[in-house]
Amino acid sequence: MNTYGISAIYRFELARWFRTLVQSLLSPVISTSLYFVVFGAAIGSRMAQIEGVSYGAFIVPGLIMLSVLTESISNASFGIYMPRYSGTIYEVLSAPISGMEIVIGYVGAAATKSIMLGLVILATARLFVPFSIEHPLWMVSFLVLTSLTFSLFGFIIGLWASGWEKLQIVPIMVVTPLAFLGGSFYSISMLPEFWQKVALFNPVVYLISGFRWSFYGVSDVAVGVSLGMTFLFLTLCLMVIWWIFKTGYRLKA
Amino acid sequence: MQSIISVQNLVKTYASGFQALKGVDLEIRRGEIFALLGPNGAGKTTLISIICGIVNATSGSVTADGHDIRKEFRAARSKIGLVPQELTSDAFETVWATVNFSRGLFGKPPNPAHLEKVLKDLSLWDKKDSIIMALSGGMKRRVMIAKALSHEPQILFLDEPTAGVDVELRRDMWNMVRSLRDSGVTIILTTHYIEEAEEMADRIGVISKGQIILVEEKTTLMRKLGRKQLTLYLQAPLQQIPAQLANRQLELSPDKTQLIYTFDTQADATGIASLLRQLSEHGIDFKDLHTSESSLEEIFVSLVHQR
Repeated sequence: MNTYGISAIYRFELARWFRTLVQSLLSPVISTSLYFVVFGAAIGSRMAQIEGVSYGAFIVPGLIMLSVLTESISNASFGIYMPRYSGTIYEVLSAPISGMEIVIGYVGAAATKSIMLGLVILATARLFVPFSIEHPLWMVSFLVLTSLTFSLFGFIIGLWASGWEKLQIVPIMVVTPLAFLGGSFYSISMLPEFWQKVALFNPVVYLISGFRWSFYGVSDVAVGVSLGMTFLFLTLCLMVIWWIFKTGYRLKA
Repeated sequence: MQSIISVQNLVKTYASGFQALKGVDLEIRRGEIFALLGPNGAGKTTLISIICGIVNATSGSVTADGHDIRKEFRAARSKIGLVPQELTSDAFETVWATVNFSRGLFGKPPNPAHLEKVLKDLSLWDKKDSIIMALSGGMKRRVMIAKALSHEPQILFLDEPTAGVDVELRRDMWNMVRSLRDSGVTIILTTHYIEEAEEMADRIGVISKGQIILVEEKTTLMRKLGRKQLTLYLQAPLQQIPAQLANRQLELSPDKTQLIYTFDTQADATGIASLLRQLSEHGIDFKDLHTSESSLEEIFVSLVHQR
């Protein structure tokens, strides 16, 4: 096991993040604050409680997930796409480091950033709305699992993308809609029955539902199902990555 | 002598169907400077990329210091340093950060003293805190070399190391490569500058259209294929070469003022003395003479064109 190699990639990626700390941390914090001002304070004050939780507090887990999902994907996809684009990937490929170790370095760093970001948003939210966390351990577990899973997903996108455009297209066209429609701002029980059924095909529903349960003990789907679906998606990503390194897809001619 | 790199029947066919390597066999000796020459698209970079693990071979095998590059990729790759042809570096990193990254990536524990030495040898020490983006092209090239040397490789690949580098820096690099060789590192370089191979290499391999067409000691190659020419600048123009001299390798320049004699450097008797005697017998006088040896470049061009 090349632990020095893993740590070199990990620290390189974190250093990249710290160079642009303002951009990478402040902008999600600002946009989240805007959501709280608009949805939490302005609109939320006129809305009834949802399943016993005030609307402002209700959207906290969803907003954190929204940022964690998009940031995990953009961080991890950029992290591996950039060296492919600039050509510096040659060094990683010629180093005595296995595919799995490369993934641990890049995805570990991206997930770390997402977890930190999630915690920062959590702290920011606390300034706007009072809330308490019923199951803090589960909250952290869901945060870590989601960050890892979507960083893996981002890593796959970063390998698949053959241009900057493709790098953006999945987060914008797929992930953002899924996250918005996945119950960030509402409980899916508020939807008409037909759309509730459709929503169950959205993997993000399970993530947000499980995460919200760890806060308030209320959820759209059973927490066990949420956990199961998260693991399922994690496993899928791992399988795709295993295949990528086995075949050299987009990495080696 | 023991081979440090052994390439056997290496074939590479790209997805496009282009066959870049058509069964390459090559032995690199421990501690030598080996120059790989060949025209563009001959397969030089493909060969190096396969040995270094960047490109997968279609078939065939490669060992580096006795380790199979696929089955024992960790052992094999940790011996190898690569300076690629393209200048690719992380523009926003400092020189110091990037060499530390490279060393870690290759699984070596931190060693600031070694990295300091590498940077000092490459005259980069005073730039260690500079961002790579701010460096000149020649300095970036040296940063690439520093990265490749950061993990103390036994084998160093230099793919076109002096492309786009000014004359002075090229000399510096040659000296650096020689001192590396003196410290026991085996060096394989590809180059377009035949002068470079002539200056540096112990042995020379020529690759053309995916096949190694020749591997030879540089001196042997020069002797075997080298021809010398003697040019005589005549006192008075000569209308034609006298019939008695027709059996010699003589040519008259178009302006009839120079007589050119081609001879083989390998032969014991070059025939110069008897030629000069014959010339004076025929009353052909000359004011100056000049001998020249064919360069590796001419040898190379004639080799590639024979195919």
